[in-house]
Amino acid sequence: MIKIEHMSKNYGPYPAVIDVSFEVLKGEIVGFLGPNGAGKTTTMRVVTGFTPPTEGEVTVGGYDVVSHSLEVRRHIGYLPETVPLYLDMTVNDYLTYMGEIRGMNASWVQERLPKVIDMVKLGEYQNTLVGRLSKGYRQRTGIAQAILHEPDVLVMDEPTIGIDPIQVVETRELISNLGEEHTMLLSSHILPEVSAICKRVLVINDGRIVADDKPDDLSEKLQHAERIEISVRGAEAPEFINSMREISSVIDARSDLRASVVQRSEREDFSPFIVDAKPNAQASEQIAKSIIENGWGLTNLTPLPMTLEEIFLELTTEENLDE
Amino acid sequence: MRFISVIAIKEIRTYFSSPMAYVVSAAFLAITGFFFVASVSDAFAEASIRGYLAGAIFFMIFMSPALTMRLIAEEQKLGTLELLLTSPLREFEIVFGKFIAAFAMTLIMIILSLYFVLVLFVYGDPDIGPLLSGLLGLTMYACATLAVGLFASSLSSNQIVGLVVGSGILTALTIIDFVSARLSGMASEVLNAFQLGASFSVFDLDSFGVAEGGHFADFARGIVSVTDIAYYISITAVFLLLTVLVLEARRWR
Repeated sequence: MIKIEHMSKNYGPYPAVIDVSFEVLKGEIVGFLGPNGAGKTTTMRVVTGFTPPTEGEVTVGGYDVVSHSLEVRRHIGYLPETVPLYLDMTVNDYLTYMGEIRGMNASWVQERLPKVIDMVKLGEYQNTLVGRLSKGYRQRTGIAQAILHEPDVLVMDEPTIGIDPIQVVETRELISNLGEEHTMLLSSHILPEVSAICKRVLVINDGRIVADDKPDDLSEKLQHAERIEISVRGAEAPEFINSMREISSVIDARSDLRASVVQRSEREDFSPFIVDAKPNAQASEQIAKSIIENGWGLTNLTPLPMTLEEIFLELTTEENLDE
Repeated sequence: MRFISVIAIKEIRTYFSSPMAYVVSAAFLAITGFFFVASVSDAFAEASIRGYLAGAIFFMIFMSPALTMRLIAEEQKLGTLELLLTSPLREFEIVFGKFIAAFAMTLIMIILSLYFVLVLFVYGDPDIGPLLSGLLGLTMYACATLAVGLFASSLSSNQIVGLVVGSGILTALTIIDFVSARLSGMASEVLNAFQLGASFSVFDLDSFGVAEGGHFADFARGIVSVTDIAYYISITAVFLLLTVLVLEARRWR
């Protein structure tokens, strides 16, 4: 549905997005991940036809965003980062107006509005002035205007920014449900959000796409280190750490301070450790062997998957080192 | 066309849901009323609306930008411009819709002020020609000033900037004879051709200056000339076009 080929966008002499190419297929939910200022919003603005690309070609549903901008805009529902609302209108009036502006006729709006209000759970606030709504409800109103005209493609820029945790959960659920019917491009700098909602993640940093994968595969591919959680009985910390460092596949070992605080009261003779090892080197095996040879009691050995957050940090730091 | 009316209707509703429409109307009626009363209160006063017209064109220099200052500046401030520009709307539909809304407001005020004309018919025997041409001129003058105000509103997200720039342009066009009087030949004539309405330099208690200078003079005297109509239409068209261009330029930034 969305196809971006070698797209670059400069603001004056400053490049915001550099040679980005990707495709979002029909029915796909793609998460767009990157720190602030990475080029997420710019890319979304190009896709929605708000601003044209400096170079490259961008099509939505087969229509070029520059030459067939009106067609593109008809097929897109867009929620910008700062939710654009007329504060002096009621929720109903606002949504009706947005519908009309998107080219819906009166009867279509009449039929569709109650459904959308129901979907985003705004029922009791229909006749409240938008300016009186809490942040979370404003966000819902913003989402409502984006889906009102039944667009094929939904573009949402940071849809859960600045709302309280309970409403974040509800909003994520709402977005997940919307993903069943729409092609969706969703940006965020909050990682658990993207891995919870999206089946595919694009990571962007300094205007370049640095990764494009499923959240799970992404963590597998980028695993530079395997992290292993270990508990042993009868070992002194310095002694254990030294013995671990002697193993060729181990990068580093340290006491797991957090776990030791939690566990201390119950089982004093167990010491928890964290070991970072090279991936795919059968490190677990070697570690277990070494522990047994030293005569300690091995009670726990669990490889930990890296969280997307750590991968993300790694991605962005690597990019910085390249420069 | 449908989008234009959707936008115009929304903007008119917004005018009435805020104090703006009421405050501006009250001020307009008060100021034109004052000028009207002053012009017909002398012994042997002429039964004409010249005093009213003088007050109206003077006040519109500030009133029109005040009416339009919110229209585009606020969309930029709230971020709703991004919404408008990513909807299947063309820039000219946005600009036209908003212009029509502001024009409708002004027209309502002019209609409200028509009781001055009634008063004239009750107590005197006014000449219908200058009366109709004056009202026609006022309508065209309103269009021109609103277009300038709308353009000023598109320049930034700050309403006050819109008001100051709009009133500034209109004041400059009004007192352009201050400059042209100090020049001679072609330059002076060219500048004179741009004069919006009577300048403050010809402001006096007898005629209120309205019939003395600028493109409004003939309308006030009862003459409808193509030059004057063309002038107001050109100012309106040029500034609406500039507004559209400002919005389009945003896309290309």
